[in-house]
Amino acid sequence: MYFDIFVIPFSAGFIFLFVFLIYTFSRWIHKLTPENKEKLKKSFFSKRFFVSVKEIFSECLLHRKIFKVNPLLGYMHMSLAFGWLLLIIGGNLETRLYSQNPINPPYYPIFFKFFDPVPGDFLFSGFFEFLMDLLLLFILSGVFLAYIKRFRSSMLGMKKTTKLKPFDKLALASLWVIFPFRLLAESFTSGAFHHGGFMTGSLGLFFASFLPVAKLYYPAWWAYSFALCGFFFALPFSRYMHIPTEALLIFMRNAGITQSKEENSFAEVEINACSRCGVCIDTCQFASAADISNVQTVYFIRDVRHHSLKAETANNCLMCGRCDQICPVGIDAKILRQSERTKFDYTGTNSLNYISVKNISKADVIYFAGCMTHLTPTIKISMEKILKASNEKYLFMDKDGSICCGRPTMLAGQMDAANQLIQKNKEIIQLSEAKVLVTSCPICYKVFTEEYKLDIEVLHHSQYLLQLLNNGKIEVERKEFKAIFHDPCELGRGMNIYNEPRVLINKITTLEHSNFDKENAMCCGGSIGNSVISDEKRNSITKNTLSKILTDQEQTLITACPLCKKTFGKYHHKTEDISQVIASALKKITVTR
Amino acid sequence: MDFGYSIQKDNQIDYDKSHREIAEYIRKEESSFNICMSCGSCTAICSAGIFTDFNPRKLYLLISRGDIRSIRKEIDHCMLCGKCQLACPRGINTRNIILQIRTSIKQNKDHVF
Amino acid sequence: MNTQKTKSVIVIGAGIAGMESSAQLASFGHQVTLLEKEKVVGGHVANWERLFPTMKPASEIIDLLKTDIMNNVNVQLDAEVFKIEFSNQEFIVTLTDGQILKSDAVLLATGYDLFDPRGKEEYGYGIYDNVITSAELEAVFKNGKELKTSTGKTPKRVGIIHCVGSRDIKAGNQYCSNVCCITGVKQAIEIKEAVPDAEVFCFYMDLRMFGRYFEDMYLKAQEKYGVQFVRGRLSEACENQDGSLIIKVEDTLASKPLKMTVDLIVLLLGFEASKGTTSLGKMLHLNFGDDRFISPTNEHLLRHNTKMEGIFVAGTCTGPKSIIATISDARGAVITVNNYLNNLN
Repeated sequence: MYFDIFVIPFSAGFIFLFVFLIYTFSRWIHKLTPENKEKLKKSFFSKRFFVSVKEIFSECLLHRKIFKVNPLLGYMHMSLAFGWLLLIIGGNLETRLYSQNPINPPYYPIFFKFFDPVPGDFLFSGFFEFLMDLLLLFILSGVFLAYIKRFRSSMLGMKKTTKLKPFDKLALASLWVIFPFRLLAESFTSGAFHHGGFMTGSLGLFFASFLPVAKLYYPAWWAYSFALCGFFFALPFSRYMHIPTEALLIFMRNAGITQSKEENSFAEVEINACSRCGVCIDTCQFASAADISNVQTVYFIRDVRHHSLKAETANNCLMCGRCDQICPVGIDAKILRQSERTKFDYTGTNSLNYISVKNISKADVIYFAGCMTHLTPTIKISMEKILKASNEKYLFMDKDGSICCGRPTMLAGQMDAANQLIQKNKEIIQLSEAKVLVTSCPICYKVFTEEYKLDIEVLHHSQYLLQLLNNGKIEVERKEFKAIFHDPCELGRGMNIYNEPRVLINKITTLEHSNFDKENAMCCGGSIGNSVISDEKRNSITKNTLSKILTDQEQTLITACPLCKKTFGKYHHKTEDISQVIASALKKITVTR
Repeated sequence: MDFGYSIQKDNQIDYDKSHREIAEYIRKEESSFNICMSCGSCTAICSAGIFTDFNPRKLYLLISRGDIRSIRKEIDHCMLCGKCQLACPRGINTRNIILQIRTSIKQNKDHVF
Repeated sequence: MNTQKTKSVIVIGAGIAGMESSAQLASFGHQVTLLEKEKVVGGHVANWERLFPTMKPASEIIDLLKTDIMNNVNVQLDAEVFKIEFSNQEFIVTLTDGQILKSDAVLLATGYDLFDPRGKEEYGYGIYDNVITSAELEAVFKNGKELKTSTGKTPKRVGIIHCVGSRDIKAGNQYCSNVCCITGVKQAIEIKEAVPDAEVFCFYMDLRMFGRYFEDMYLKAQEKYGVQFVRGRLSEACENQDGSLIIKVEDTLASKPLKMTVDLIVLLLGFEASKGTTSLGKMLHLNFGDDRFISPTNEHLLRHNTKMEGIFVAGTCTGPKSIIATISDARGAVITVNNYLNNLN
């Protein structure tokens, strides 16, 4: 029986980790809502199982999404994850073929070179000897890059790297030394027994020439064992919990489980799946334009996990979605943030009972301008002009001002107050008996679509205007002018509407290309989702965004959100809403059609 | 000489006796509170102000004078729509002031205002 | 242009208007005599410590002006004018000590006096120990003294009262004195700099931040120094036993009366036409406005001419002005006087 007391640290760590993971995963799965548990169970017996396995392979191991951020960064993560897995598999195969004993203690493949430094010939022995050294080299190249990243992160394409808490630093330290210690242990052993692979063997010879390797190899194995032990004990409490959790997350997500008010367990899984890789820091405009780098999603998630979340961290986020876009693990940070914000809700329950609804006239189309549109009246004037030209029977719901749609209140975490606003607005919409609800504000559009549960068609004005055009209810003439389109955060990443505005504008002028298109759009800074940021910092963000998206000061910046228009309009005079563009290009419709 | 009773001076703001803990809390959490010049642009554009007597200008003023009692009910009427913040000529973060007032009142809920 | 004889001008009042106009007139080649009834030049500005909106020391301006008048101007201190007459195409100025001076023109730069706050008894000046004026506060800073209450303790709360003796018919002055608001903001900042832990309140009717950088100063007072502003006019101040004062105003923006204890009250005094302005103006039969300042021939274009030919005016004798405006005004007077002198036979 292969045993030496130095395997105890490793084994203790391994058992601890194994038990911990079983316990935690069972708890997480058990705490899922009944319907989500059902979804998860079903997914294991369906095609989705294979989809998950494929995704685990491409993201957890190969880290494809990180490669997109930076190739070196992706290689670094891949070599550690994939390399280590291959090392384990390779080691297991090797020892199985060698010992021909189907049952070996789990530490045996890991400490194989200690127990059998000169294994002799067996099936594929030469190949495995070479492979194990190659894999170790592969992993070590990643570890080397990890050292560099901590000190010169720009070399791996990251301007800022995650600031680590002391415990994470401990976990990181043990991870960093595992493979170097393995290298030393195997090399010293090779040197002492004059047998090893291409790397460990050569290094062994080298060390043997000036070091007492026979005395050193045993302590080196102890060190290796302790390094692994340290890492295993630290893992569940550190960022490395993401290693097993991400796999579970992928299964859950592919089973169709999403975050919701009732579903808390999934949120916990997501929070533990964050690897603190830090790519969300660079993509966040706070870091690049406002000199704020302590509230990004990575820090938010860390604080939630360790129950140290401050209201300010939760609230100081533009909710633009750029981090969600780039997260290699696919965490829905926006939904997490909003859910955490609700824990700071201090409104009384009957706070909005001063609103009463009466005398609503009937119409086919009900148009809701929204609070922000009233501050950019060109939009509502344009919409009225177009609605009149289209001969639609419309009702301008908030012509003389009205209550808010409820989303700003929701973004601040005040769900109860938001629900009251929703109820009142729904009453108005239902009383009008309209078949279509159109709004010129994407913030309102999002809440109308997702929370109002209306059974009529809900359209953003860019969609509605395109419909009018396609149905021949309005006609426009071409007017070539230099223009780019800015995708508002709430419309683009928020509601996945990228094409309709472009199709619409291209009927009037040819849009110029922007580097910050569609999912890559930058935030204007006006966000109603951030209640903490100062006016000054907002302006820095706005100016920075304009400098990036405009390629020419003569370009007209077309947008589809009143808040974007107001924000950009402060610094770039040629900012227009899409409705303005259409309204000024309207052709009088000829009577015979 | 203490006659054993006194008339409640409910209308006068007695600055020496007023409760300015909330104002102090807000001054720390949201420093733009300090530069309000009571111009009234916020009240003029306020969504809630059309329907009820919610008056953000007056609210901030009364808070800084320590008169919490007058605004206790009103503070919950704000819809957080954000128009006031866009209208403010000094770029004050008005939404955060409302949120911080609510936080502070909740933290001081045992306090008699 | 007649260059036969060097022309002469007597400038009455060696405040900044008098000094600036004397120096400039002398540089045009005229013979200038500058009369000052006090023993020092500089007028009111010599008593100020720092000036708005730059917070630069007043002494900089005074020193510069003193240097300018040093060489070319005949300065006479302790010289009060008793009589001015016109005969034989020249002015005859008699001083109280009997001296007689003659000149081709006379420029009045007799300036202003600060409102005497004893005229507003309800504010307690001269009655309560801890009511001081803006000028007295300025003197505290100028003399490098610490700001203390009458009992020697550091004030924890200071109230600054705007519009004392201005915009007040009962006090005799309907008009606005222009610069007190910004002085109040400036002094509020200075008090906070001297006593950072003190609370400072400005009680105002309007905040007249009309000049360049004034609005910035107001913003800075709130943002950086935490000065608070209450829109409400002081109706009365009362005194507590320990010498502290009770302020009663209406907090108009709250529509509620407000009561507050302060350790010190600073009254921002308005401007009035000085005794010299009044007496000399009357003596020369000049026109006066209802505000008792001298009225020039035309407010827009002939600001420095008066009813009497050869008598000119500069500075605050025609109404409250900031230092910036006074210096500009003095230079305007210089052009007018210079043209007049050059066209004389």
